[in-house]
Parts: sequence; structure tokens; C-alpha cells
Amino acid sequence: MAALDDSTAREGVDQETVDTVRSVGERYKYGFSSDVETEYAPKGLNEDIVRLISEKNGEPEWLTEWRLKSYRRWLQMEEPSWAMLRYPEIDFQDQYYYARPKSMSVRPKSLDEVDPVLLATYEKLGIPLKEQMILAGVEGADGAPVEGRKVAVDAVFDSVSVGTTFKEELSKAGVIFCSMSEAVRDHPELVRKYLGTVVPYSDNFYATLNSAVFSDGSFVYVPPGVRCPMELSTYFRINAENTGQFERTLIIADKGSYVSYLEGCTAPQRDTNQLHAAVVEIVVLEDAEVKYSTVQNWYPGDENGVGGIYNFVTKRADCREARAKVMWTQVETGSAITWKYPSCILRGEASSGEFYSIAIANNRQQADTGTKMHHLGKNTRSRIVSKGISAGEAQNTYRGLVSVHPKASGSRNYTQCDSLLIGGNCGAHTVPYIECKNNSSRVEHEATTSKVDEDQLFYCRQRGMDEEEAVALVVNGFCREVLQALPMEFAIEAQKLVAISLEGSVG
Amino acid sequence: MAVPALKLDAAGGLLAAWPEPAGEAQWARAARSQAERWLRERGAPARRDEYWRYTDPTSLTVEPAPEAALLATDEVPVFQTRETHRLVFVDGVFSPEASTPLEIAGVEIVPLREALAADIHWVRDIFGQIEAAGQVPVERPLAALNTARAVEGCAIRVTGVASRPIHFVYRRAAADADALIHHVIRLDAGADLTVLESAAGAARLNTVMEVEIADRAALHHVRTQGRDHQRRAVTGLFARLATESRLKSFTLTVNGRLTRNEAFVEMRGDNASAHVAGACVGDGDFHHDDTVFVTHAAVGCESRQVFKKVLRGSAVGVFQGKILVRPVAQQTDGYQISQALLLDEAAQFLAKPELEIYADDVKCSHGSTSGAVDETSLFYLTSRGIPKKTAEELLILAFLDEAIAEVEDEGLADELRDRLAAWLARRR
Repeated sequence: MAALDDSTAREGVDQETVDTVRSVGERYKYGFSSDVETEYAPKGLNEDIVRLISEKNGEPEWLTEWRLKSYRRWLQMEEPSWAMLRYPEIDFQDQYYYARPKSMSVRPKSLDEVDPVLLATYEKLGIPLKEQMILAGVEGADGAPVEGRKVAVDAVFDSVSVGTTFKEELSKAGVIFCSMSEAVRDHPELVRKYLGTVVPYSDNFYATLNSAVFSDGSFVYVPPGVRCPMELSTYFRINAENTGQFERTLIIADKGSYVSYLEGCTAPQRDTNQLHAAVVEIVVLEDAEVKYSTVQNWYPGDENGVGGIYNFVTKRADCREARAKVMWTQVETGSAITWKYPSCILRGEASSGEFYSIAIANNRQQADTGTKMHHLGKNTRSRIVSKGISAGEAQNTYRGLVSVHPKASGSRNYTQCDSLLIGGNCGAHTVPYIECKNNSSRVEHEATTSKVDEDQLFYCRQRGMDEEEAVALVVNGFCREVLQALPMEFAIEAQKLVAISLEGSVG
Repeated sequence: MAVPALKLDAAGGLLAAWPEPAGEAQWARAARSQAERWLRERGAPARRDEYWRYTDPTSLTVEPAPEAALLATDEVPVFQTRETHRLVFVDGVFSPEASTPLEIAGVEIVPLREALAADIHWVRDIFGQIEAAGQVPVERPLAALNTARAVEGCAIRVTGVASRPIHFVYRRAAADADALIHHVIRLDAGADLTVLESAAGAARLNTVMEVEIADRAALHHVRTQGRDHQRRAVTGLFARLATESRLKSFTLTVNGRLTRNEAFVEMRGDNASAHVAGACVGDGDFHHDDTVFVTHAAVGCESRQVFKKVLRGSAVGVFQGKILVRPVAQQTDGYQISQALLLDEAAQFLAKPELEIYADDVKCSHGSTSGAVDETSLFYLTSRGIPKKTAEELLILAFLDEAIAEVEDEGLADELRDRLAAWLARRR
């Protein structure tokens, strides 16, 4: 597309046409990089780097030790190879494990002190960090924000959190929403109590690596009985080159509380692969509910599979007490490689877990994603709705586990996973593991694979849509059940993203 | 990754337990050594293998084979009343005296031992070849053992429509018999054959059936595995289908300590059709495993996998199925269903129903469910005056019927239904 970027309107050609053509070529619109002076830890990974990261974050000794313990464990582990993913071996020594904008070396006290380049980056991404910008054009008469439109944002840039909005308003409700490093400093007792209790440091290769080198992520604590007054959101941005991002998020919903958390991610367009290995831990106590939505739009690489993010993520929610509820919703459109299985441990009696997923793989993308539902408590419920779409030369795999333990009597699971194939060079695979170990539970699984329905396409075309629009509409219909599970703002964004991700896949 | 020494040792042990076949033709020796090499390199199955995670292979790989008591019964053996061409094996050894003479119009039957010493081109093309092709992507070490060592079995070629079904009867005599049986079946273009298999066979029975079905030919395969509670069995059905050919395979399993039925079916010709089905009922120590791979490698093929399990006590049912659609296999219609009825609290159903699809003009689906007998249906029947036990049996039989319906011959299907009803009645 480089040629297009330089083109200007020739005689007889409308400037508008040139712009339109250019915007179509720019399929990944978040591919820009910001010119930010960045401070790196030396390349590679060893105990000194782990100590350095810990020191940069000003962490207490127990956490440094925990990181080192993880690092030593990681050295003994083998990279998993069971997923249906093909990629060249990752050189873990050829990465930066810590990068922070220079301007962040002294932590700004408020958003006003943050480097304008950083703020501009988020603005360009459409993430409002200035609180007044959240009003989305609808302002009350006295300038007060309109209820229900507010979203508190924690913005993470490479390895550090740039800032968190609406902190004050949240703290009035007793909700703690801050970056992980702040939480370690200000609420060490909570961090120490819960960190690593859902995803232990020795859990798996990537989670263990994350435990050793994790940088910022978000920390949320919702006290008993509190319904979080606004949506919480974290926006992850990888900017620096050759840098891995290893954020760690910890969410604790205390008894009877409710919180909805959104997560978005983008990265610049580069022709080298970048590593992203995050861990998300969610603790849900009695009667509490957590809604976790992700729109993952890391740079997917170009049509020839050059560049793109390697996304190896461990996400798990622990419904520790009775009637706890968790809902994962994910829209996975980005990354060259996706390896991600948000899971629910349904320990509390009558606790429930839901998983709604759209995974789109186009060009040379490969996705191996799904969920695990561990039914341990009596009368636990789970529901899985997964929609996989493959186009171009992509491979898309649903891999999931539903396990009902002997003691989890009266439990119920329903799983539906549908795959859609666009074009003859892609693949769609389903690998579910279903284990039912008592007879009072009911487990149901169904899966289908098909191509975009010719009749539906014909109907749309007949009404004047071009083929790409028609496919986007049909695919959006195919994904409807999942899109409906997203918070409204996200749903609209996701719908657009679905269409963009499939551009160029038809014809 | 290096193969664990334990697996390699177990493979060596299995091979050493059986004498190396002698006096065979060069091509047969080549097929055997290929299988032997494969087994020695990959090792015997172990619990950590992906496709053995739900079934412990130990009792299938230890030497000597665990004993299984012989059960005295006055029950008439299955398919006994039908007119069939009977080929009897006692503890895995072919018994010509007990069998019908080997002459039947349109069918050539040669005992495996003889077939491997001679140079029969259609045996040469099949023996060890279809099994070897079925070793990828999932290893089947016990089938490789069978190819490397089995001397018992039959090579059968059908040129037209066989006048009677061929019936393999596997009788037992000793409580500790370990048996390997290997059949080679070739259906010429347009041929039609029904193959029946029945009875327990041995304390530990390992059978492989390699089947080549030419254009427009049809093979109907109906098998019962039953009776003795402590018997163990591992079977491998390896089939290759040409254009417009058909395969219908159905297995009824009743009791047994451990049964692993593997099937590897590859449709290589356009518009072929393959149905693999199974029904099983068991209780207590019963462990039943169906591992079925269906590969679509041609245009317009249809496949169905229908598996139903009724599990009592602490019985365990396993289903691992896969539909693989290769890029060339457009207009594929693939269907797979696995269901378990768990009658008691301790029963378990473990399933891994997979789809692997590389072509876009396809229709593939699978379903898998497990749970207890439906309370509403039970209530409906009892409210109509049907005693609870009878109502439950009716529902169980109805549940199994979708699989039995895969047997085309109504007479055979009814006989299987009667057997199931009798099994349930004995357990009232």
C-alpha cells in the first residue's frame, strides 16, 4: 500500500476517490506508531532483568521473590505444542521485557501532567482519557455527565500505565481501579491475598513467564454490595519495537458486588512478530457478578503473514462462593497467533459461567481459542457460545473443555460452537473435550461448520449491496448472539471490526 | 520429543510375546516388518497419549493377558438362526471343522496363513497397507502389533453379490487366551457383502479388519461383542472407499471389562458414503471406548457417526470421533452424534468429538449429550399406567434405536433389539 500513500489526485481523478481507495488499503487502522522516547531494560531475560523490573515498579520484597520463583520455574518448563498453531520458534532472549516512555520515569500526579504525545496516541485510537471527553456529545444542561455513558479508563502503554480516569468518583463508591503497580504500593494486602490464587505462578509456560516479568495491568476491587457505578476499561497499547507486553490484571468482586470490565488492545504495524503474554485473574465471591469483555485487535500481520502479534494469554475466573457469576465475552480479530482459553472454575454452589466468543481469522492468521468450564460445585451452570470465522488462508480452532466432577451434581452445560468458512484455502476446526462424571448433570454440545449461505448472499446482492457488504452483514448475523452479549458501545465497535477484518476475503 | 522408554519397553514386550511368523512370501514379510518397525519406534500406547487419556491401555499391553472367567449360558448365540456362511475361531484360532466349507458363489475365502504364503495380488495390495495409512495422524500401536504378528484370520474377495452373509464366530475355550485376528476384505466393483462378527473371542482379543471397497460396492458390517464380563478387546476397522461405494458398520457391545473399538475410514472416491455406528450397554467395571476417524478425501461424500451408550453403576463410556475434510472434499456432508444415558450416579461419559475442516463448501455438524433418563418422558409414560421399570426400559431402547437403525437388514436389527431388551430384563 506504500505506493498509494504517496499518490495524489491526478487530473480527471477525484481526490475523494483517492482517499477512499487509500482508506480501503488501510485495513489495520491502528497500525501507526507513536514517536515516544522510550526507556528499555536490556534485551533478554535473566534474574537481573526480573529484579530490575521489580525495582522499576518499586515492589516489596515478597513480590520480587515471587517473580524470581516464577522465573526459575519457567526455565524448567517446555513451550506447549498441542495447539493447532504453526509458527517459528520464539527466541525469548531476543525481546525487551520492559519498556516505558521516558516521560513516565517520574510518575505524573494527574492526567494533566502526562506527556501530550501519549495522550495524543490514545486520542488517535479513539480512547478518551480526558474525562470531559467521555460525554460523547450529549451533555446535560449544567454540564454534568449523562448517567450511564461513563467509562473509566486505565491506559497501558508498553510496560506502564499512563493514567486512570474517574478515580475519584470510583473511590467515592469504594471501588479501587488503578494500575497493578499502584495497587502493589497502595493496597499490598489485597494484592498479596489474591495474586496468583487463580492462575498459580506454575500454571503454564506463558503464565509462568508472565509471573516473572509482568508489567502493568489493571487492578480492580469492588467492595461488598457495591454495584460499580460505571464501566471499567483498560486499553492496552504496544508501541515499542521488539518488546513483549506482559500485563497482569487482577479483579476481585467481593460479596454481592457487580462490575463490568472492558479490555481493548492494539499495536503498530511492524514486520517483526511481537510477543504478548498476559494473565487475567478474576475472583468472584458470594452473589457477585463480573462481566469481562475483550475486543482484541492486535496487529494481525499483513496478507503474507509478515509481522503481527503472538498472543498467548491465560485468563481465568474463580467463582469461589455460592451464586457467583462470571461472563466472558471476547471478540478476537487481531494477532497473528492467538492462544487463549478464558476459563471458569465453578466452585461455589449454583455459581455460573458464560463464555461468548467471536474469533475471526483472515489472511495468514491462526487462532486456537476456546474456554474451560470446571464444574466443581453443586448445581453449577455454564454456557458456551463460540463463533469462529475463517477466511483467506487462516486456521481457526475452537478448543474447549467442559468438565463436570463427580460431586458437581445437578449441573448443567450447554455448548454451541459454529464455524463459518469463507474461501477454499482456510480451515475451521473444533476440538471439544467433554467430561461428565455424574448422572444428575446434563451436558449438551453441538457444533456446525458451513460456508456463507448462498441464498442469503443472493438476497443481499439483489438489494444492491456489494459482495463484501453482503458477507459482512451475513457474518454479523452469524455472530449476533455474541455481539448481543457485549456492552453497547463495544457492540457497535465490534460490529464494525467484524466487517473490517473480513475486508479482502471475498472474490 | 523422545518416546518414553516405558512405551518402547512395552512395545518390545508385546512383540516378544508372539512368535515371528515364518514361511511367508517376501511381500508379506515386508508388510510385517514395516508394522514392527513402526511399533518399535512409536512404542505401545500409554495413558499420557492424547487418544488414550480417557482409557487406560495397561491391561491391553501387559504380558501375559489378564484372565477372564468363562461364563456358562444357555442363551442361543446371536445370528445363529440365520443362514450364514460361518467361519469359526476358537480362542482366536481358525477351526475349519466347526466352520462351513470355504466355498460360496462369488466369494473367495482364503485363511490368512495360506494367503500370506502365496502371492495373491489383492491380498498383497491390502495387507498392512490400509492399516499403515491409518496410523497417521493418530498412532494405533495395537493395530501395528496385529499386522506384525497375527497369523489367524481370513482373506476374502467378493466379485458379485454374496448370496449369504459371512459370519465370523469367535468362541472361547480357555480363561487366559490372548488372540490376534487379522482379516483382509476386498470388494470388487459393484460387489455387495454382509459381514457379521459375534461373541467374545478370547480373554483378550485384538482384531484388525482391513477393507477395500471398490466403485459402487457395498459392505454391511454388523458386530456384537458380548457376554463375558471380564473379557477385553481392542478392534481396528480400516476401510478405504472408492467412488460411489458404501460402508455401513454397526457394533453392539454388551458387557466386557474393556472394549476399545477403533475405526479409520477414508473416502477416496467421489460420492462415497460411510456410516459407522455403535450401541453399548454395560454396568460396573464396564469401560467402553469408541475412537472413530472419518476422512473425506473426495467430492460429494457423506458420513455419519452415531454412537449411543447406556451406562449403569460405575460404567465409563468414551467417545473420540473426528471428521477430517481435506481441501479437495467439497460438497461434504458430515454428521456425528455421541450420546450417553447415565443410569447411576457414578457412571461417566467422556467425549472428544472433533471436526477438522479444510474445504469451504461443506456441511458438517456434531452433537454430544449426556445425562440421566428424561424425567418428563418417564412421568408421561408412568402417568399412562406403565410401570416405572418398564417405562425406563422403553426409553432406553428408544434411546439406542437411532444407532440400531443404521443396520439396514431389518431382521438383523430386530434381533439386536431383542438382545438388548433381554439384557435390560435380566437386570430388573
